[in-house]
Amino acid sequence: MLRKLLDKQGKAFEKGGKFEKLYPLYEAIDTFLYTPGHTAKKPSFVRDAVDLKRLMFTVVIAMTPAILFGIYNAGLQANMAMREMGLAAIDNWQTAVIGMTGLGFDPDNFVACFAHGLAYYLPILIVTFAVGGFWEVLFAAVRKHEVNEGFFVTGMLIPMLVPATIPLWQVAIATSFGIVIGKEVFGGVGYNILNPALTARAFLFFAYPGQISGNSVWVAVDGFSSATPLAMAAEKGMGALTTAGSLLDNPLWYNSFVGFIPGSLGETSVVAALIGAFILIVTGVASWRIMISVVAGAFAMSSLFNVIGSDTNPMMAMPFTWHLVLGGFAFGTVFMATDPVTAPVSNTARVIYGFLIGVLVVLVRTVNPAYPEGMMLSILLMNVFAPLIDYYVVKAHKKKRMARYVG
Amino acid sequence: MASKTKEILLDPLFDNNPIAAQVLGICSALAVTTQMSASIVMAIALTVVTGFSGLSVSLIRNYIPANIRIIVQLTIIASLVIVTDQVLKAFVFDISKQLSVFVGLIITNCIVMGRAEAFAMQRKPIESFVDGIGNGFGYSFFLVLTGFIRELTGSGRIFGAQVLPLASEGGWYTPNGLMVLAPGAFFVIGLTIWALRTWKPQLKEEN
Repeated sequence: MLRKLLDKQGKAFEKGGKFEKLYPLYEAIDTFLYTPGHTAKKPSFVRDAVDLKRLMFTVVIAMTPAILFGIYNAGLQANMAMREMGLAAIDNWQTAVIGMTGLGFDPDNFVACFAHGLAYYLPILIVTFAVGGFWEVLFAAVRKHEVNEGFFVTGMLIPMLVPATIPLWQVAIATSFGIVIGKEVFGGVGYNILNPALTARAFLFFAYPGQISGNSVWVAVDGFSSATPLAMAAEKGMGALTTAGSLLDNPLWYNSFVGFIPGSLGETSVVAALIGAFILIVTGVASWRIMISVVAGAFAMSSLFNVIGSDTNPMMAMPFTWHLVLGGFAFGTVFMATDPVTAPVSNTARVIYGFLIGVLVVLVRTVNPAYPEGMMLSILLMNVFAPLIDYYVVKAHKKKRMARYVG
Repeated sequence: MASKTKEILLDPLFDNNPIAAQVLGICSALAVTTQMSASIVMAIALTVVTGFSGLSVSLIRNYIPANIRIIVQLTIIASLVIVTDQVLKAFVFDISKQLSVFVGLIITNCIVMGRAEAFAMQRKPIESFVDGIGNGFGYSFFLVLTGFIRELTGSGRIFGAQVLPLASEGGWYTPNGLMVLAPGAFFVIGLTIWALRTWKPQLKEEN
C-alpha cells in the first residue's frame, strides 16, 4: 500500500511534474523505506545487501544507548540540582510541560528523569533536523543530487554534543554552519574533510563560549553551577575527584564510567559508548584499529605526563583510567574518530591517525588551561591531516615493494 | 568621462575584483576588519597608495630599466606608504595604532605591486591612476563589507556605536565570538566570494 502511495505521488516529482524541484526529497523518502529500484548498468557490480543507507542506519542504532542514557542523565542531573536547591519548579516551559503530566521532579523516579531530559533533548533534535534538512534539500535541489543519509547521522550527533541548556537558535546556526561550511562547500557527503557534527560544535565553542563551556551550563537548572569533573580536576587537582563523587553514593570514577556526571547530552556514559562500539565493530561499520589506537595514544601520552609530573599543573598527574572515563573521550573515540569519510582509508594510516588523536587529547587537556576538553579539537585537527597520512602510507608501501623487487 | 576610463574604473569593482577574482590582498583583509572604522581607514590608505603608485610608475615607465623595475616600483610604493603612515599617525592616531604594522605592509600588498607591474608599466599616467583607484575600490568594497559584518555580528556595533543591545547588558543580542577571531574573516570573505561568483559565473576559474 505504501509502495502504491509512493508511486502515485512519484509522478508529480518526475521531470516536468509539478514538484520537479523537490524530487530529491521524494527520492530520499522512497529509498529510505525501500531498496532503490534501479540497478547498476555496467561493471563494477557489488553484491551486497548493505548500502549507504543501511550502513548509516547501523550507526544510528549503535548510538541509541548513548542517546537514551543521555536523555535520562540530563533529567537526573536537573532533578538532583532542583532537590539540592529546594526548588519545586523552574520558570520555563520544559518544567511546565512536566508539571502538566504530573510526573514531578523526583530524581529517584526513572520516568520523571527521562521525561525531564526528553523535554530538553527533543526540541534540540527537532531544530537540528528541521534546519539541517532544509539545507540538505536546498543543496540537493540546486545541485541535482540525492539527499544523503549522511545527514541523518550528523543530525543525531549534533544534539548529543551540546549541553541541555543550549539556546535553540544557537543550535540552528551551528547546524547551518556544520552542514554548509563543514560539508556542502566541499561537495556534500563523502567529499567533506571535517566531520560536520564536530564542525558545528566547534563553531558553537568559539562563537558562543558562554553557552557551551564553563560551569553553569551543564545542568538544566538556572543558577546551578556544576563543573564537569574534567574542569574540576584542572582547577583543583586530582584530590577533588577522589573526594567528590558523593552522587548516588558511588565513587566518582564509577559514576563517570556509567555516565552519571554533568556534561553534553550524549557524551557522559562510557558504558553506552562501549555498547555502541561493540555494535559498530561486530557489523564492521567502524574501524576497531582507530578505536584501539586512540586509547593507546591517550595511554602513552598520559603515562608520559605522569612520569614527568608537575607541581603547578594538577592535570599532569591524572592517571590514564580517569582520562578514559571523563569528558567526551569514549564518545568521540567510538562515534567521531571512526567516521569513515573523514578518517584515513588505509589500515596503517588509521593506526597512526588514531594514535595521534589520543596523544593530542591528553596534550590539550593537560597543557592548555583554557580548554579542559580536547577531544573535539584533536579529532578535527587529525581530520585535516587524514589525507596526508594516507598519502605517505601509500608512498612508503610503494617504496617497500619496489625495494623488494629490485633486491 | 570617456567610456574606456569608466570601464577601467568600474571593472575591478565586481567583474575583476582583486579579492574575489584574483584572491589578492587577503592577509590585510583578515587582519584589520574586526571594526568598521579601521577597515575604512585601511581601505582609503590602500586606494590612495594604489592610485598614486600607478600614476608615478606610469609617468616614468619609459625610463625604468627592465631588469631593475621591481626595485624602482618598490621604492615608489614604499615612499607613498611612509607618507600615508605619517599622515595617519598625525590625524587619526588611535586607528593608526590599531592598524599597527598593516599600513606598513601595504608595501607588500599584492594588489599594489600587481597593478604597478601589470598595468602602469604599459599604460598612460591617467589610465594607470584610474586603474589604481578602481582596484582600491574593489578592495575597499570587500574590506568595508567584511568589517561591517564582523563588527555587527561580533560585537553588535557599527563604527563603535552599539546598535544591537548585548545580552550581557540587558539586551537580547549574544555576540558571536568567532567573528572577532581571524577565522571569522575567512568565512565572511569566502562566503562573499561564493555569492559574487554565483552572481557572476564568469569569475570562476576553469578547472
